[in-house]
Amino acid sequence: MIVSRRKPVEEVLAMLQGVKRVAISGCHECALACKVGGDDEVAEWKALLESKGFTVTGTAMPNESCLNFYARKAAKELQKGNPEAVLSLACGSGIQTMAGQMKNIPVYPGSNTMFIGQVERVGHFNEMCRMCGDCVLGHTGAICPVTKCAKSLVNGPCGGAKNGKCEVNPENDCAWVMIYNRLEALGQLDKLSETLDDKDYDGKSWPRSVDLAKEAN
Amino acid sequence: MSVLEQALESGTFGVTAEMAPPKGCDFTEEMKLAETLKGLVHGVNVTDMQSASLKASSLGFCIALKQHGLEPIIQMTGRDRSRMAIMGDMLSAAAFGIDTMLALTGDHTSVGDCKASKPVFDLDSVGILRMLTRMEATGLDCGGNELASTPHFYKGAAVTPVYEPIFLQINKLKKKVDAGARYVQTQGIFTVEALETFMDQVAKANIKVHVMAGIIPLKAAGMARYMNENVPGIAVPDDQIAKLAAAAAEGKEKGVKGLPMKAGIEMAADLCKQIKERKLCDGIHLMTIGAEQNIPTILEKAGIAI
Ligand code: SF4
Ligand code: SF4
Repeated sequence: MIVSRRKPVEEVLAMLQGVKRVAISGCHECALACKVGGDDEVAEWKALLESKGFTVTGTAMPNESCLNFYARKAAKELQKGNPEAVLSLACGSGIQTMAGQMKNIPVYPGSNTMFIGQVERVGHFNEMCRMCGDCVLGHTGAICPVTKCAKSLVNGPCGGAKNGKCEVNPENDCAWVMIYNRLEALGQLDKLSETLDDKDYDGKSWPRSVDLAKEAN
Repeated sequence: MSVLEQALESGTFGVTAEMAPPKGCDFTEEMKLAETLKGLVHGVNVTDMQSASLKASSLGFCIALKQHGLEPIIQMTGRDRSRMAIMGDMLSAAAFGIDTMLALTGDHTSVGDCKASKPVFDLDSVGILRMLTRMEATGLDCGGNELASTPHFYKGAAVTPVYEPIFLQINKLKKKVDAGARYVQTQGIFTVEALETFMDQVAKANIKVHVMAGIIPLKAAGMARYMNENVPGIAVPDDQIAKLAAAAAEGKEKGVKGLPMKAGIEMAADLCKQIKERKLCDGIHLMTIGAEQNIPTILEKAGIAI
């Protein structure tokens, strides 16, 4: 899931300076789970903006704001209210997808997009994958060293862990101590003797695309 | 050939010191300190913004040492440089006659004093060593392109000997050695027993590398306690802390300054002496943290000359 947080109200109000008529768009997937862009948050923003003197011209809740198909439908609905601006509470991808569908109407972010993560329990999210494009989980007991190690070390730990905690942030367990414990439990400690290739950034310049149809040809 | 290489590879007990460039652009004081090390050590490590705190660069300071007739050991971390920048710096280092290096992953920017800086970590210690070894073997740069001239370095790495689980450090040490490290300097070690335990592990894992024991002369009980709490891999035993505290109390009573520092020098010298006499490892690496003026005394008391 894409984990996001609410943007501070003052920052949003600053972006909306000079605007009177605003539409609000949420997202029924990740942003809902993060309590950033679900129905409740859309209603909260609506009440808040109205209390500040804005006219909220409409609200939308696309299934997934990052899907062109849903974004187009939502945009069409919102445009009917003739807003001067749209506040999107989706993730960065959802906001841009929505913006691509709003003709000549600016779309502003109501969120800060953080990471790809797990929902450990309601309201508690952990970063799990930094999307390196070349997954090494098969070598590391399905614990990601690129994400869980503060230095993204793929060939074993630095010398800095103390009592199993990361030297960079002692609230985190050291990725490599976790990997060691997991591989030991799996009887796969021999995997630690492999020296993996350094991460290769060739062909990894962003923005990246995947086109399955093209690949099939 | 690297002076350290000549020493270690011929079975001579290796001695290195460590210096940090200043937070500024005037090296005068540091060069004066460095002068006192002439003829006493096989090389002087120059730290690469240790603890991620901003200093003049390792490369520049190494060049200055070289110009003052010392043998610098350039420390190279992956924290602030991509592989291109590392290789470029190493080529420049070689152009100035620097032939000994130590590869480190580097402390994270978020524990340092320029926290907003981007942590690079394109390569870790293993990656840096592997890249340089490949370059030396093939004459090709990190993109596979031919170099007009190719340097050769005597390459080293660091290791944390007091670590849980030690398997992880030994395993990584093996990778560093496979990647081209010929010597390792340990994190500060304070007892013969800790060193022996570590050397046993290295032997058991059948790792062939020259080990230099890291020695940190303690300056005060507070410093020792602080390091125990905050510096990973440091374990100063209680009796040494007690000795420092007793020295401080004695100094206070007699109105004499510097007794704890003296006690620290004695303890460090004693450890160095035992390491050399009992041939516990291949050399020592003195990390005096700004008190390089004490190195001649420590070496003299330990009976170590190069
Ligand atoms: S190695 Fe880590 S960052 Fe890379 S794809 Fe796998 S989980 Fe994601
Ligand atoms: S302590 Fe562990 S997790 Fe933290 S940077 Fe070092 S190796 Fe990575």
